[in-house]
Amino acid sequence: MKKRAALFVTITGIMAVIGLITAVSCGAKSIPLKTIWDSLFHFEETLDMQLVRDLRLPRAICTALIGGFLGITGAMMQGVTRNPIAEPSIMGVSQGATLAVAIMGMSPSLYGVLGNTVAALIGASVSGFLVLLFSIQNARNMNISRLLLAGTALSTFFISLASVIAILSNKSQNLAYWVSGGFRTATWKSVWLLLIVGGICTLLALMLSSRINIVNLGEDVAIGLGENPVRVRVYTLLLIIPLCAISVSVAGCIGFVGLIIPHVVRRIVGVDYRYIMPVSFLAGGCLLIWADVAARLVNEPYETPIGLFTALIGIPFFIHLVRKERG
Amino acid sequence: MKKRITITVIVTLVLLLGAFLFGLIMGSYKISVSDIISTLMGNGTKMQNMVVFSIRLPRIAVAVLVGICLSTAGCILQSVTRNELAESGIIGINAGASLAVVLLISYGGGEYYSAIGNATLYLMPFLAFMGALISAVLVYALSYRKGVSPVRLILVGIGMNAGINAFITLYHMNMDGGSYNQILTWTNGSLWGSSWKFFYLILPVVIVFVGLTMYRSKKLDVLDLGDELATGLGLKVERERRIFLFIAVVLSAAATAVAGNISFLGLLGPHIAKKLVGPVHRRQIPVAAIISSIIIIVADTISKNAFSPLEIPVGITISIIGVPYFIYLMMKEKK
Repeated sequence: MKKRAALFVTITGIMAVIGLITAVSCGAKSIPLKTIWDSLFHFEETLDMQLVRDLRLPRAICTALIGGFLGITGAMMQGVTRNPIAEPSIMGVSQGATLAVAIMGMSPSLYGVLGNTVAALIGASVSGFLVLLFSIQNARNMNISRLLLAGTALSTFFISLASVIAILSNKSQNLAYWVSGGFRTATWKSVWLLLIVGGICTLLALMLSSRINIVNLGEDVAIGLGENPVRVRVYTLLLIIPLCAISVSVAGCIGFVGLIIPHVVRRIVGVDYRYIMPVSFLAGGCLLIWADVAARLVNEPYETPIGLFTALIGIPFFIHLVRKERG
Repeated sequence: MKKRITITVIVTLVLLLGAFLFGLIMGSYKISVSDIISTLMGNGTKMQNMVVFSIRLPRIAVAVLVGICLSTAGCILQSVTRNELAESGIIGINAGASLAVVLLISYGGGEYYSAIGNATLYLMPFLAFMGALISAVLVYALSYRKGVSPVRLILVGIGMNAGINAFITLYHMNMDGGSYNQILTWTNGSLWGSSWKFFYLILPVVIVFVGLTMYRSKKLDVLDLGDELATGLGLKVERERRIFLFIAVVLSAAATAVAGNISFLGLLGPHIAKKLVGPVHRRQIPVAAIISSIIIIVADTISKNAFSPLEIPVGITISIIGVPYFIYLMMKEKK
């Protein structure tokens, strides 16, 4: 069992590295490996090298990080709610954040004062907080279909409000970009934001993993073992919100990563969240790197929405999960 | 009980009439109530006649048909899935229809609304129906495992809905502004540009299939009792489920073909109706149809006028009203 997990981690790690290199070298203009190497270590002002430094590299790093965040938040939510389909994008958190982004996009004054990222971050945190409060409270007591219905309803609600705002401010097509998600606007600034905020939250989350393990055993057992399940849930919530918020503020709302990854990982490394969470991070990053490569290459030189690829993998997987579930 | 039903029917009909007048009066061209009545009697000025008979009235008429279709489909689906919260918008049937329409629009050329040729106009509901049918068949097939369990049906449906919507966004991105705005109204549901053509297009469908549902409404009541009991009472459960699903698909496809993907309407009407007249379909379906019509007329009038001259899709307004109600239902049901 241990061996299988180690093998999985190694393969995913290698795939992620290959993916990163592919992501930097392939695209509307393919760039040879030698140039990539040079642009990292012997930078000159050529077009190719600027392309690598200013566009491809930050984008690739953002995909990896956000994939990781989505994977780990999915694992955390499933862990504390003990509900196999709990995940931020299914629960409407990402859509709430999208609404916030739409509001920020509409009012130039807010936008001007705070700047894009910070504004989106604040908005996303507020709406994310509201949804998570609702969902994490209820996810425990709900069976799958009710949780899903609630999530679908909330998502529809937020997207509807966001559409109204987008139509009124004559920015409806921009909204489509936010909803479908993508990494067109990733810059080094986004990388730093993700690294600093996300890095801290991820570290804290990993420190919390052993307590998530205990909560995952069930309410009674957790209390019996001297753990306060409510407190762990609140901590988890406080860590998930910034992770979701920065992800949405950089890449829009990308679904299903947080659903698929923890399930696959759990099957391979077992039920211990101390392993599930970091491995989910790695696997999520790997998945999103390749999804973004696909998004850029399928219909060159145009971009295909990345959410389409995660949905293409995610939906069959989801239906498979649902079919296994007893009615 | 008898008395209560009579009162309910009368009150809802009065409200419907009120909504009808409200819809006729409100708009960027102001008409007073007395003018509306005299116009309806045939004594209007040329301008009033034009506004009432070729713009506002057809729109309201189409709204009523859409309301009837979606609420009947909702009643059926809630019984077939035995889930209070089922509705054709949530389980992917409407999404299948709108995907078909989106494909038609994005490959069909640049005409909008009333400029759409007759051929395209008749092709549209047919394609919408095919799209709805394909997605319903897929949902049914994927949830089939030694029979279809109602819960699995709804879960697979939600998945299908998400998948189709992801696919629709692909088309969102690759089109010019005009087509995009047209598709936005389709995918969110809108009655913009409804004409008598649309009305006559779906009227026969509504009469035939709603009539059929009413005729078979006792079987729906039996389906409500659960698979075992229904089988015990001599109902061929799986067969009935398929027939009713088919009817629901036809009705939602007809609604989607003229008004786009309107979610939550099929949930609101049936629920309120059930509360008012009880869970017997013979009574629930007509009352639900009236209530849904009221909701859609009022919502449409709001979305037309709230931000005039801009119009927001009516589906969005209904979602904004519908979701809080939906969440309220879920919270209450838990206790």
